Amino acid sequence: MDHRIRVLVAKPGLDGHDRGAKVIARALRDAGMEVIYTGLRQTPEMIVNAALQEDVQVIGLSILSGAHNAIVPRVMELLHEKGMDDVLVTVGGIIPDEDAAQLKKLGVAAVYQPGASLEEIIDFIRSSVKQTA
Amino acid sequence: MELMAKLSSEVTTAGRKTLSGIPVEPVYTPDQVRGLELPQPGEFPYTRGIHRDMYRGKLWTMRQFSGFATPEETNRRYRYLLSQGQTGLSVAFDLPTLMGYDADHPTSEGEVGKCGVSICSLEDMEILFRDIPLGDVTVSMTINSPAPVIWAMYLAVGELQGADWSRMSGTLQNDILKEYIAQKEYIFPPRPSMRLVTDVIEYSTQRVPRFNPISISGYHIREAGSTAVQELAFTLRDGIEYVDWALERGLPVDSFAPRLSFFFNAHNDFFEEIAKYRAARKIWAEVMRDRYSAKDEKSWKLRTHAQTAGCSLTWQQPYNNIVRTAVQALAAVLGGTQSLHTNSLDEAYALPSEHAVTIALRTQQVLAYETGIPSTPDPLGGSYFVESLTAEMEKRANEYIRRIDEMGGMIPAIERGYPQTEIANASYEYQHTIETGEQKIVGVNAFVEENEKPIELLQIDESAHEHQLEKIKNLKSRRSNEKVTASLDALKRAAEGRENTMPFILDAVRSYATLGEICDAFRTVFGSYTETSVL
Repeated sequence: MDHRIRVLVAKPGLDGHDRGAKVIARALRDAGMEVIYTGLRQTPEMIVNAALQEDVQVIGLSILSGAHNAIVPRVMELLHEKGMDDVLVTVGGIIPDEDAAQLKKLGVAAVYQPGASLEEIIDFIRSSVKQTA
Repeated sequence: MELMAKLSSEVTTAGRKTLSGIPVEPVYTPDQVRGLELPQPGEFPYTRGIHRDMYRGKLWTMRQFSGFATPEETNRRYRYLLSQGQTGLSVAFDLPTLMGYDADHPTSEGEVGKCGVSICSLEDMEILFRDIPLGDVTVSMTINSPAPVIWAMYLAVGELQGADWSRMSGTLQNDILKEYIAQKEYIFPPRPSMRLVTDVIEYSTQRVPRFNPISISGYHIREAGSTAVQELAFTLRDGIEYVDWALERGLPVDSFAPRLSFFFNAHNDFFEEIAKYRAARKIWAEVMRDRYSAKDEKSWKLRTHAQTAGCSLTWQQPYNNIVRTAVQALAAVLGGTQSLHTNSLDEAYALPSEHAVTIALRTQQVLAYETGIPSTPDPLGGSYFVESLTAEMEKRANEYIRRIDEMGGMIPAIERGYPQTEIANASYEYQHTIETGEQKIVGVNAFVEENEKPIELLQIDESAHEHQLEKIKNLKSRRSNEKVTASLDALKRAAEGRENTMPFILDAVRSYATLGEICDAFRTVFGSYTETSVL
């Protein structure tokens, strides 16, 4: 049986800047995780459905366009509706401090701003998923 | 003290390769440039610049890319920038506009006015350029998939202002290939998109001859994580693809080639960037003369815009970004750019505040007026190091170009994910060097400060969205919807056939069909594109 951590890396909204999402996806894969990358322009519905079908423990959302306040709450709401509150959600991108605090209140486990290190992200996912398993 | 010693020794080792991985020798001597032929500035192949006198004759154009929220607010910013000595305008559109959606489309939720200005119809474009005479000011527009529609709106505003199209000048980005390669703001599949690009080139050649119908852009390729060599190679190979399509359309090469323009990044590796601009001019001149037998010297000259590297800006210690931008701008100027955008210190956070954008403009003004740098063309020409780097960049870029030729051109290369994979690999490797500390980023992985003070940012709230929704609703009740439907039907028929679509787009725009309606008409005929993601 495969015990690797399963992660969905997702690009919601109209934003096409996928450099960060791709780097993260590869880094998580190189760290031994099973990574599914959604590709671009996913709606919150598509992301949550993919997370359900792929049975992931972690969703990493990458948003650089400033639309996080519209997108992330919807993702959290859908996860809750589907009883997937145990899925760890992290957000990376251009997220101002005040917004980051708001997103955490909604249940986002971590928000990564520009300059965050890959090691920090990998360690956080490893330790958080282990705790909940 | 131990830490300081460690840092200084690491800096020495990191300096041995350029960002593109070109080895840097301990010292450069005449041996490295033996046999180098170096014609004067203004002479083929223009390695030293496209003009004999360069900035002695005319300074570069200071053109700050700008746009946010509503056309009303952006119009105010433009008039401010012009009043501060900026010499050209450059429009940033929001994501819905870039993707051909109106503000009232469901996927526009949360995105209206965030990354640029929202433009839904000719009415918005009229407001955007209110009291800005389009016959006199040159305007650059960063728009790609919907470029023909936005350009038609621009020409229609010119018409309403009484400007003569044959005198209007500016630049349309209209570079769809780099969207598939890097920035990913595409709507239609590659081939119909290329047809629209060619429609614009053909129409501008015939009707708006002073306009640059395309800006072949390496900027976004670099921002997506490519090396300088990849940026150079993929951009020039894109240029070759556009030339092929225009020739296929039956346009004589010298009728359109002089109006092809370019856009490159100005990144951190100072000498490599300068070498990149010099190599770009040399490769392009040779391609145009030898591959396409262009006879007009203007067809050989690569004219370019430059922008400092957005991706090099840091969230940490943001005031350091002023310094990074100044050094990058200096590289672009020493590289011989024709126009320049300098990024603002706060752009790792948000669109720039007026205060930040003023400092960015002042940076260019300091370079132009205080330093003496513009006094002589290509002051680094003949430098053993810069000449040797220029030759190496040229060699490596030509290898990439040859490889893409062998694949059958840029479209087959894109379809098999070739440039995308090369860029993804380069960006992953670069990130790795930051992780290991091999590449130092001041404030991020070196000289880190705790508890930094926040800076003041431009805030864009949802009122821009509401304002745009209100305007679209009013417009749709005011205009002749019959005329709109008729013009869209005619446009669809033209798109199905082989005619140039520009006259039909202009008719639709003049009837106040919205951007979303016009792009939907094209979507019906051409379909939408979804990429196969490359990791």
